[in-house]
Amino acid sequence: MKNCNFKLLVWRQKGPQEPGKMVAYTVNDISPDMSFLEMMDLLNEDLIKKGEDPIAIDSDCREGICGTCGLVIQGLAHGSKQKTCTCQIYMRDFKDGETITVEPFRSSAFPIIKDLVVNRSALDRIISKGGYVANNIGGAPDANAMPISKETAELALDASSCIGCGACVAACPNSSAALFTGAKISQYAHLPQGSPDRKKRVLEMAQQMDKEGFGNCSNHGECEAVCPQGIKISHIAKMRREFFKASLL
Amino acid sequence: MIYNTIPEGTPLNGKVPAGPIEKKWQSHKASIKLVSPANKKKYTVLVVGSGLAGASAAAALGELGYNVKVFCIHDSPRRAHSIAAQGGINAAKNYPNDNDSVWRLFSDTLKGGDFRAREGNVYRLAELSMAIIDQCVAQGVPFAREYGGFLANRSFGGALVSRTFYARGQTGQQLLLGAYGSLMRQANTGKVQIFPKREMLDLVVGEGKAKGIVVRNLENGQIESYSGHAVIVATGGYSNLYFLSTNAKNCNASAIWRCHRRGAYFANPCFVQIHPTCIPVHGDYQSKLTLMSESLRNDGRMWVPKKQDDKRPPNEIPEEERDYFLERKYPTYGNLVPRDVASRNAKTVCDEGKGVGDTKRAVYLDLSDSLKKFGLKYIEEQYGNLFEMYQRITGEDPYRVPVMKIYPALHYTMGGLWVDYNLMSNIPGLFVLGEANFSDHGANRLGASALMQGLCDGYFVIPYTIGDYLAQTGAGKLSIESTEFKQAEKEIQESVQKLVGKKGKKTVLELHRELGLLMWNQVGMGRNQKSLQTALEGIPQLQKEFQENLIVSGDANHWNKDLESALRLWDYMELAELVSLDALNRAESCGGHFREESQTEEGEALRQDEKFQYVSAWEYQGQGKTPILHKEPLEFEYLKPIKRSYK
Repeated sequence: MKNCNFKLLVWRQKGPQEPGKMVAYTVNDISPDMSFLEMMDLLNEDLIKKGEDPIAIDSDCREGICGTCGLVIQGLAHGSKQKTCTCQIYMRDFKDGETITVEPFRSSAFPIIKDLVVNRSALDRIISKGGYVANNIGGAPDANAMPISKETAELALDASSCIGCGACVAACPNSSAALFTGAKISQYAHLPQGSPDRKKRVLEMAQQMDKEGFGNCSNHGECEAVCPQGIKISHIAKMRREFFKASLL
Repeated sequence: MIYNTIPEGTPLNGKVPAGPIEKKWQSHKASIKLVSPANKKKYTVLVVGSGLAGASAAAALGELGYNVKVFCIHDSPRRAHSIAAQGGINAAKNYPNDNDSVWRLFSDTLKGGDFRAREGNVYRLAELSMAIIDQCVAQGVPFAREYGGFLANRSFGGALVSRTFYARGQTGQQLLLGAYGSLMRQANTGKVQIFPKREMLDLVVGEGKAKGIVVRNLENGQIESYSGHAVIVATGGYSNLYFLSTNAKNCNASAIWRCHRRGAYFANPCFVQIHPTCIPVHGDYQSKLTLMSESLRNDGRMWVPKKQDDKRPPNEIPEEERDYFLERKYPTYGNLVPRDVASRNAKTVCDEGKGVGDTKRAVYLDLSDSLKKFGLKYIEEQYGNLFEMYQRITGEDPYRVPVMKIYPALHYTMGGLWVDYNLMSNIPGLFVLGEANFSDHGANRLGASALMQGLCDGYFVIPYTIGDYLAQTGAGKLSIESTEFKQAEKEIQESVQKLVGKKGKKTVLELHRELGLLMWNQVGMGRNQKSLQTALEGIPQLQKEFQENLIVSGDANHWNKDLESALRLWDYMELAELVSLDALNRAESCGGHFREESQTEEGEALRQDEKFQYVSAWEYQGQGKTPILHKEPLEFEYLKPIKRSYK
């Protein structure tokens, strides 16, 4: 494959309180084996050399597991490739000459810090209300004392593989964090270790979710479609059943 | 820096307790002091870093009742780079009934590290490994299980037993989320306060003790001071010194380097690990390298064509024309030799002109036999996410042709700040955990042992040993209005002001790449006196370039990635000199440190125990000045150093 040229339309916003706008850039001679973020690095190098302010982007592991990066590319959280994080998108997936729009993950619960960087600490606060087993370190019984079926362990791991990127929130028309929260609740609802405090967990995490300003889930399924880990909305259903049981009984 | 004469300081003592090796930790715990529950709440502990070591330490200390403040450079503690560890975590559980034991884990780890670690520390690590697994399972970490419901194990390099616990290819993620959960639980109770987006830029020392830190708020550029009774640094390793590594982009050496500048000794800096199974470099624009878990070597075979410059695709090269070089040279361990051995051999076959791919700097990792033998479902279950990752990055589908191209890359640093048996540095009150310290892996770390060490330090060592320090000193905090804090703040402000608005021609990224390339070529998998001198002469030129020709954009009061990177780059440039100097001083080969002058006839690493059976701990003397070398002699009472052989 030959090298390509692209037009970019990128969201620029100086600070949390300032107005933002889309700004056009061109990038030329881009290798198809370059990652999307490497292409953005190249653009930023250009801007720095020209004395302009580079585009603020956050990224870290660049292998799809830390959940730091997260851009809305061509209108889709993490771009159009399924089960793929922003840092795992490669330029071979775009057509030569294509115009690519790049925006931050938008939600009122994710205030913009600068350009494409948002504050997602609301997700940490949801976890702090019960996204764990509430036992102290030390005194744990032997790890094989409690057999757990392979299927159960796999289901729990499916849920627990969430990377906390917030794409589900960005994709949801209601800005709901139901997939994020549901996955954590579902992990512990499947496991015997999560049993003692399962009622408290679901009630308090759901309450925090509301408090942060995330919307409700109305089953659009957009979250599942963009989730880089392929987490299923069945975990939201699991959360609802947990919530229902905890509220009634 | 003058490097032909190295000033030598007083020898160091690691303070490993006396007594039989299996009783050392027990008797040490019985002898150290306790802080009463009522007094714990009077102490504030600052924890820098929120990976496995930092998060587990902070959670454990919060549960005990200390006031804990956690600082991380990410927007959430869950994003620390421990999250990216793939393969697994070792523990001497002997669940598979394959004759594993604490002794074997201890001896594999000490031997794997080529007898350059402390016996007492390594034994403690092996001893505590089992409690880590119990703890993680109790937290709900969904490890892989067998159909009967018990935990599953797999093999890793450098061991002849299966002792590695795993959760698909995302073990680090699951363990970190466990520790992060415990941490967030303490945050909810208020015992732990979390400060995200803070980068530690200085250690504050008062009356010879660690009293606090100064950080930069990465969101708004504010310089902030925090005072505590003790400081724990758990900020990981310095692989990114080489620019291209498997570390995350934000992993950096600044926190440990600035502790070093304040007097903390830096131990064995030249011990860096180059991991054999990474996706090869494919272009000069590349920002990082990606690891493919070592677990692939359970079922994969490494080979190159026997003929030089063979252009045929791998599946068209017949069996008899392939060189399975690890199986050929090391029949006992085969593809499961330790990382340093596998990497060095991959380099050797590429140097011989047998490398594959466009750059000829790659070897094959072939899973065809396993795919035939065990079927697609097995391979998918074991390595599904790794195959997907390989396909995304290279555009080649390993399910179609299960032969991947791999090449070694910087991955982990065994060196780090010097600590004693209590994990305390030579500065009282400064504790260093996880990859940031030097303590347990000697000259080479075995696979699945980093996670083990991080959690061991945080969950089960520091909660005991920090109490001993606090109970003994009873020292007060230092006010952040004191001259020590104010002076540190002023120095940081000045260094920031000097950088912003620098109007040279070279970007931080360009200069970092140059430093990385110099280090990779001269202080990489093979080192010799000449290459190390080349590095030591080249680095000052890059430092000059940094001072005279760097361009840094933006301002100091906003989110400014360029400024962050520039601050980190200068620290790498100083550290690079120390890494090279240490490598030059250690004129022996051991583990990942391969001095070409010191090898056997077969090309294996040749240790020189009579001269180098010690830890090199360096004391900073000022920029450009030759540091003082303190030696900690290593004694092996229980496992006598033998020639490491995996044949």
